[in-house]
Amino acid sequence: MTPLSEMGFLSSFLLIFVSAAFTDNILMARFLGMCSCLGVSKKVDTSLGLGVAVMFVTATTAALNYLVYTYLLVPLRLEYLRLIVFIVVIAAFTQLVEMIIERVSEKLYNSLGIFLPLITVNCAILGISLFMLNKPYSFLQAFAFGLGGGFGWFLAIALIGGIREKINEAALPKGLAGPGITLVVIGIMALAFVGFSGMIKI
Amino acid sequence: MLVSILISVGFLLACGLVLAGLLVLAEKKILNYGTCHVDVNAGRKVLDVEGGSSLLSSLAEKNIFIPSACGGRGSCAYCKLKVQEGGGLIGPVEEPYLTPAERKDNVRLACQVKVRRDLKIEIPDELFSVSRFRAKLVHKKPLTHDIVELRMQLLEPGSISFEAGQYVQLESADYKGHESVMRGYSISSLPSDKNHLELIIRRVPDGICTTWVFDHLKEGAEIFFSGPYGFFHLSDTQAPIICIAGGSGMAPIWSIVRDMKEKGIARPTTYFFGALTQRDLFFLDEFRQLEKECPWFKFVPALSKEPADSGWTGERGLITEVVARHFPDASKHEAYLCGSPGMIDASIAVLTKNGMPEQSVFYDKFS
Repeated sequence: MTPLSEMGFLSSFLLIFVSAAFTDNILMARFLGMCSCLGVSKKVDTSLGLGVAVMFVTATTAALNYLVYTYLLVPLRLEYLRLIVFIVVIAAFTQLVEMIIERVSEKLYNSLGIFLPLITVNCAILGISLFMLNKPYSFLQAFAFGLGGGFGWFLAIALIGGIREKINEAALPKGLAGPGITLVVIGIMALAFVGFSGMIKI
Repeated sequence: MLVSILISVGFLLACGLVLAGLLVLAEKKILNYGTCHVDVNAGRKVLDVEGGSSLLSSLAEKNIFIPSACGGRGSCAYCKLKVQEGGGLIGPVEEPYLTPAERKDNVRLACQVKVRRDLKIEIPDELFSVSRFRAKLVHKKPLTHDIVELRMQLLEPGSISFEAGQYVQLESADYKGHESVMRGYSISSLPSDKNHLELIIRRVPDGICTTWVFDHLKEGAEIFFSGPYGFFHLSDTQAPIICIAGGSGMAPIWSIVRDMKEKGIARPTTYFFGALTQRDLFFLDEFRQLEKECPWFKFVPALSKEPADSGWTGERGLITEVVARHFPDASKHEAYLCGSPGMIDASIAVLTKNGMPEQSVFYDKFS
């Protein structure tokens, strides 16, 4: 396979996006961001809201953290501080975005903004920023990786939300209702995503 | 070695400071709504408040106290009021608490409406006379194994005017990881005793406020409450009265009956006091004394779980059965009920079955 650096811009962007969304699905293959997913996936519309918020934040913070890493941490030889610095950057960024959304559009705030405090310290978002460093990405490729990772999470929670809405109507054994059946559902879905693993190697 | 430690610490510090500074600045710049005018009840009062916080807390700052049990977290839905203009969209937190009819009437939860622009709101007129009081606990007297009476001396404001039957919202202090909460309790003292306030409180297992009252509150302590709230009070008809209340539900009845005596209102009144066993009874002597002084008043305690061989000579059975036995025809009476939702619903069923029109039943549901 051609190395990423020699690919055309669009194909590398697409490849990274797809691999981050499917073969390396952050929720289904890495099991990150599980707590907020279990908490909010009861209905499809809230799942979509949270999913979009996560996608937006992962894409922007991956790009932001890429800049912080390349232009601050590497020159100062402080790479080992990346974990704590990324957390702080993500937290500050989500707070800032929440404020801006609240001021700009009340409608957007009600559908998206209320989820931002939920994902201030979401491990999926931190995970994507950290995994991004494992590959020699350029700035735009890092952005693609963040966007794809977020889209994967969005896809997963939207599917789970849809299934949970249906399952709510089912007559389940008492002990299995709620989180129990949700974990079973996620496990079966994860099997499907594991099927993708290894398909794209970059 | 030392240099690299200093560099990393310095970098983290700088990073934190810059981001925190940025956020503070952003909050000042972005979330600054300036001064907003809140028009209460079509011009009856116009408040200038600093925008950015919830309507509930903005009103409280201006000494208008909307009832709230959860302290503004959007979980009790007590703080409903009408926001005619400027309320914005209904948020996801308040959505489940608003019926379609309420939405049409622009009813909102005050704790979830943020003051972002000029507002026009409507609140019940009674809320204008609500204040927040600072008081000193004078005594805390156990009445039964799970009920206490609190007597407070009002410090600031030094006096309260209310109608017998109304309630106040007591604020618990922080203790052992529990944040302050507010809970409503009926006033058991007399309106004429303006400088004091008494409450009768029953312990709720694991209740945040009652656990504080029973286990942490000491005589001499400072207490905060707001009030008076509620529409439970004596009507101005001449109809004979049936009161039904058990446990701490006695509080408003105790206040109302003594208030009637003071004011010389001699409407025939029968008070049914429901309890499980003899150890749950209290104020028996006080009510017997009242019976002697007021020929129009009758006190009927009834026990539902008293052992048959205990020597109790009073009424036995569920309070609803006892009421039905005493008043097979209740069509001319008015009823005042206070207690748990279950007891109130059962009582309403019995009274209406015995001929009482539903608009003659007044009640104060504890939940």
